[in-house]
Amino acid sequence: MPNPRPDDLRHLYRLMVTIRRFEEVATERYLAAGRAGQFMGALHTYVGEEAIAVGVCSLLREDDFVISTHRGHGHCLAKGADPGPMLAELAGRETGYSRGYGGSMHIFAPELGLLGGNGIVGGGMPLAAGAAFTAQYTGTDRVAVCFFGDGASKQGTFHESFNLCALWDLPALFVCENNCYAATTPVKDSCPIVDIAEMAHGYGCPGVVVDGNNVLAVRAVAEEAIARARAGRGPTLIEAKTYRMKPHCMVIRETRDQCELDEWAEKDPIQRFEAYLLEEGGLAAEELRGIRDEVDTVLAAAAAFADASPWPDPARVMEVLWA
Amino acid sequence: MEKGRMRNLTMTAALNTALREEMRRDETVIVMGEDIGVYGGVYGVTIGLQREFGPDRVRDTPISEMAIAGMALGAALGGLRPVAEIMYCDFLAHAADAIVNNAAKWRYMSGGQYALPLVVRSPAGGGGGTAAQHSQSLEAWFTHIPGLKVVMPSVPRDARGLLKAAIRDDNPVVFIEHKHHYTYKGEVPAEEEIIPLGVADVKRAGTDLTVVSWSRHLTLCLEAAEILAAEGISLEVVDPRTLQPLDLATICQSVAKTGRLAVVHEAVLFGGFGGEIVAQVVQECWGDLKQPPLRIGAPFCPIPYSEPMESFVIPQVTTIVDRLRAYLA
Repeated sequence: MPNPRPDDLRHLYRLMVTIRRFEEVATERYLAAGRAGQFMGALHTYVGEEAIAVGVCSLLREDDFVISTHRGHGHCLAKGADPGPMLAELAGRETGYSRGYGGSMHIFAPELGLLGGNGIVGGGMPLAAGAAFTAQYTGTDRVAVCFFGDGASKQGTFHESFNLCALWDLPALFVCENNCYAATTPVKDSCPIVDIAEMAHGYGCPGVVVDGNNVLAVRAVAEEAIARARAGRGPTLIEAKTYRMKPHCMVIRETRDQCELDEWAEKDPIQRFEAYLLEEGGLAAEELRGIRDEVDTVLAAAAAFADASPWPDPARVMEVLWA
Repeated sequence: MEKGRMRNLTMTAALNTALREEMRRDETVIVMGEDIGVYGGVYGVTIGLQREFGPDRVRDTPISEMAIAGMALGAALGGLRPVAEIMYCDFLAHAADAIVNNAAKWRYMSGGQYALPLVVRSPAGGGGGTAAQHSQSLEAWFTHIPGLKVVMPSVPRDARGLLKAAIRDDNPVVFIEHKHHYTYKGEVPAEEEIIPLGVADVKRAGTDLTVVSWSRHLTLCLEAAEILAAEGISLEVVDPRTLQPLDLATICQSVAKTGRLAVVHEAVLFGGFGGEIVAQVVQECWGDLKQPPLRIGAPFCPIPYSEPMESFVIPQVTTIVDRLRAYLA
């Protein structure tokens, strides 16, 4: 893959920083306001995994499908979602992407191809297969990207869905974000093999391991997998090795070893990308600071939008049940 | 087409007709499931569809019930109108995550952003010695989930008209057939007929007792009504046709007339849908009731294999007749 142009690099950096800042703002507000009635639920942050969503989604078209997870803020932002209605959704407001019916795990934007997060681990995989089926059946070259974790790779839905996509050459990407833990269970305690990507070989498909904390590396493997899918050659399993830098969610305490946390902090995907941009990407420190400042402004405006938004009327709980 | 002309069709043929008509009308209608294409479905409901519409639209799947139901949802999100067949309703337990946690919730969780035009068809019921894992009647499970419509046709005309309505509906529909009722024959209009979901049908008018039943047991109740009519007992047999949404008004209207209610279903009585109907009628028509409502259903046990035991568990016409006669005595 040729080196990305400086504009692309800026775009990738901006997206990664946006996701990081979004999660920081969401966490601050959760901690500050959780008991005051907004920012309820569990809040699963994507801190440390930004390179994966950005690496993959920055290559997608608006009409490509993304099926997300319980840890989905990064996927949404990378696919083009606006942080304002996202924060409003987290805050339970009428102006949220799902008008307050969904919350953190259920952000939907059909116009962006965002088919939603899923609170059921592994629940999204058959949906991705169905979306990919639609793409194939309607004769388009759209692709469906299914994000999931190392934990979900142990659900039966992975095997059923991947098998079907392989059998029918459906245009799907299965992106396993192996962040080393399923809630508190280490991957070594749930998976008998080192590389989850190998599971694809059992279905006669490519399974690729990539450094999930290196956005350009993720982009390179995703580009090939997307091209393969668009060409009608079926699914690829990408295993992006990464690390969740925060606890599973706000209601489960940290159980991991401090040395391990420190070790992975050294591999922070944003810091690594910054180093690359400065040393090899031809971008100046000043410019990066400028991008970070812009992102701060965007997030501050998003938070203000959420705060100023009205609460939903409880009388409309039945309103959207039926089409 | 000649107006008013009727055809005598089996349930299978009526369902097949509905699928064929809807697939001809709308190319976004696709069918998927196990052994449904080349073979035509283990009960023959999809016979000939793959030959007419091709393997892209009529897809044989591996034995992957979670994926079949979930793919149907994904395809609906993408803009298709999938009809998935789950070979036995017992296997809906596998598919339940996609149906209950995903399909039923997707529109709601998204704040109403999606229409979900998908149908999951599946045969329920016992009566053929298929034992505990291939004989259950699980409709009550699905009626308890907001966001799902539940349809249970009893006669071929309804089977065809309701399936067409289900396919055209923009909500997820669980369409439950009865595996020992597929050969049941009845008149079906030759011309197009859509039977709206949520509208009950009085299958037999009467004055002494309102009997509410559905699926195969509705037809057993019609047989019982015939037998009791010879004894001077007049049953009004009401078929809700869809359990969700439930046409309570038609049931209450009937109870207002007869003053009595019996609900008859094949499913286990405890927690069965009959309890919901009784509760609703008691609340709405208390003043009309001349005696406490009656429920007839299966005892609280899995369906046993051996014929005498199976027939004991599943209410038979003779049982229904005896129980209703005693109730009215």
